[in-house]
Amino acid sequence: MNTANKKPVIDRRKAAAAILAKRGNALVVTGLGAPTWDTAAAGDSALNFYTWGGMGCAAMVGLGMALAQPKRRVIVITGDGEMLMALGALATIAAQQPRNLSIVVMDNEHYGETGMQVTHTALGVDMAGMAKAAGFRATATVHSMAELKSWIPKIYSAGPVFVDLKVTTDHAPLVLPPRDGTLLKLRFRQALLGEA
Amino acid sequence: MPANWSEEVHRIMQEQNVGQVAYVPDTGLKHVIELVVADKKMRAVPLTTEEEGVALATGAWLAGQRSVLLLQSSGVGNCINMLGMAIECRIPLLMLVTMRGQWGEFNPWQMPMAQATASVLTAMGVIVQPVERADDVAETFAAAGRLAFNTNRVVAVQVAQRVVGAKEFK
Repeated sequence: MNTANKKPVIDRRKAAAAILAKRGNALVVTGLGAPTWDTAAAGDSALNFYTWGGMGCAAMVGLGMALAQPKRRVIVITGDGEMLMALGALATIAAQQPRNLSIVVMDNEHYGETGMQVTHTALGVDMAGMAKAAGFRATATVHSMAELKSWIPKIYSAGPVFVDLKVTTDHAPLVLPPRDGTLLKLRFRQALLGEA
Repeated sequence: MPANWSEEVHRIMQEQNVGQVAYVPDTGLKHVIELVVADKKMRAVPLTTEEEGVALATGAWLAGQRSVLLLQSSGVGNCINMLGMAIECRIPLLMLVTMRGQWGEFNPWQMPMAQATASVLTAMGVIVQPVERADDVAETFAAAGRLAFNTNRVVAVQVAQRVVGAKEFK
């Protein structure tokens, strides 16, 4: 338990933009809600798979991609509530040890889509510690943009990587990407594989 | 459980170019899992809960690989909300569900989910293909795989407890 919670200060949009500026040809999966809007705000790409449902899916979608494309970096950008719903996935991913998979949690310590109820991370749960204990190669809880900037190269280094970013609850404008599942699938496969 | 059934399922997965095989174990799936784990050309992915396998299949297909999910009937309930993503995105997924709570079941706690298995899968839009005899497993599994991967659907082959045998508590 992390009992010395500081009030988060990172701007989630700036954090997403800073991470994605280095993406190159990386494949990106987003967890439903704000992480999807954050990623869309950083610039749409056919190689972004935005989820709008299936809460708890993001990390495992990322694992499926990482195993299928071992030479491509796969980045999962999700929220604390979404990741908390799939803590078992940390064990499943660690057991596979994908070198090319990185999970970034935009941790605002609240369920932002449902009325700002606190999540378990506000109550002391240390998700980066859980990822480390599961067997992730590189893990961190990041509290500032300066710290994030020094961590970005590790997000693109040998994984599995897990970074918990302590972001503010400040409102960011909605930036809505396409939401039809088949469209998102088809354009992703077309861009990656050249076939739908 | 006759070994040839499992070997045929494994051979069909090879023939249909399945790249990732996710599973939560069941006694009836023991031999199939052993064959998959020993096969260097397909990735065996043990799960902590079955819904992880639906999400895995979605990522695998987006990135160019076919997958199969092996599970027992009690795990079907764990998959329901996640199946919504596979259905919405028209992700092909072949599920092999071995049944509890049917033929000669001893454990009453297996009954509710087992008896609801086909109904809840069907309610989600999954195509369910039941198998009552060991001799029919391979043919049904192969046809279900073609259906799943050629038409981008989620197809579940439901292998009856009569085929895999009732678990003995002794």
